[in-house]
Amino acid sequence: MPAAPECPIGLQFDQVEKRYGVVYALRNLTLSIAAGECVAIAGRNGSGKTKLLRVAAQLVRPGRGTLSYSGAEGNYRPKIGFVAHATMVYDELTAEENLLFFAKLQRVGNPSERVAALLIEVGLVDRKDSLVRTFSRGMRQRVAIARALLARPSLLLFDEPGTGLDAESSAWLTEQLRKLRDSGCTILMSLHGDSEMARLATRAIRLDAGSVIADTRRGAMFQSIFAVAGC
Amino acid sequence: MALLSNAAVLVGKEVRTEFRSRELLSTTIVFVLIVVVVFSFTFDPTTNESRRFGPGLLWMAFLFAASLMLQPCFLREQVNDTLSALRLAVRDPFAIFLAKIAANTLFLLLTELLMLPVFAALFNASFGAQLPGILLTFLLGSLGISVVGTALAAISAQARMRELLLPLLLLPLLTPILVVSTEVTIRLMQSEPYLEWKGIGLMAAFDAVFLTVLWLFGEYFLEE
Repeated sequence: MPAAPECPIGLQFDQVEKRYGVVYALRNLTLSIAAGECVAIAGRNGSGKTKLLRVAAQLVRPGRGTLSYSGAEGNYRPKIGFVAHATMVYDELTAEENLLFFAKLQRVGNPSERVAALLIEVGLVDRKDSLVRTFSRGMRQRVAIARALLARPSLLLFDEPGTGLDAESSAWLTEQLRKLRDSGCTILMSLHGDSEMARLATRAIRLDAGSVIADTRRGAMFQSIFAVAGC
Repeated sequence: MALLSNAAVLVGKEVRTEFRSRELLSTTIVFVLIVVVVFSFTFDPTTNESRRFGPGLLWMAFLFAASLMLQPCFLREQVNDTLSALRLAVRDPFAIFLAKIAANTLFLLLTELLMLPVFAALFNASFGAQLPGILLTFLLGSLGISVVGTALAAISAQARMRELLLPLLLLPLLTPILVVSTEVTIRLMQSEPYLEWKGIGLMAAFDAVFLTVLWLFGEYFLEE
């Protein structure tokens, strides 16, 4: 079970804009996410879901507007866990080497113990000495999730976490997300279509052309956010 | 302290992955070896000619080897988007540059040291007592190539024509340090060799200036 974050953090996008030439990735986006919320983001390909998450992770600087955090002090980057579509781990290192490397970079206390615990948690303890390049997509995703959880983040960002996973891995991931949500983490995840993962969300947002076109909490509207074809 | 500790961890990873794959070292060593051997057989230089032209050929070979080595240093981080993971993990993005520079300098120096006896044999050159001076020149020259090259590799990795962009930007920017490195090496290979401290000072200044620029603006080079 993931440990509860010391202080979950909230997010505030204020008229955020990001464009590449004449194409807007995010357009006049204003959005407030409270600490501890679990938000699912839906939208077609190119609607701005990934860009929104990358702006939230401070990996992309908005062209206009501001992004602010609430609920914690100091540098927010170490408090953010990001699971992108790419695994963000090294194929030439083993699962354990990858996690130890990132644990040392993030200056996690007792890195060896933390890594050992996470390897058990993600079910990779038997393959800890195998190179990541020998792993299946599901196993890589488990390493990616373990990496994101190393520093006990307060804000978790998931970019289509279920892509390419089989039913068993998908069920495992849903269970992990449920535990993280219940532990008080703020979660922001982009999803394609309705799924078990979508049902974990306490709020659903729909993006189109970089703008929020629907925003609802649990209720009649909730399922319709994911129900539109091609999402 | 966080900067140095992060950089040390990153250098450890760079060295581990390189010695595991041997992608960069094997490519550059073979490349420099081919250049030195081809030049040697093409010119068949006498000792005097070697003293005049040898250092230039040597630094040209190092430059081309470096451009081969520098190109993948950030491209490899894009394969699984590990650069984003690094940016999220480190306190100061300069640690990423510091580690890449240290690793590139180390790999380049290793290539140069392996090539030195081959060059000495093929070009009738003898370094003997001048070896400490040669090592100092190689160190400062390689550091300069790595500092500029690493910065440009980070910029070009985001660009569309990245394979063309890096050499195109690298060669003109490195001209000053290559000229000075060659001049210092020529003095060290003369019949009455000496270490030109003015040249060493210029190389150190070049390294310091570009390292400072990278420290100030490096974060912007990593942004998408």
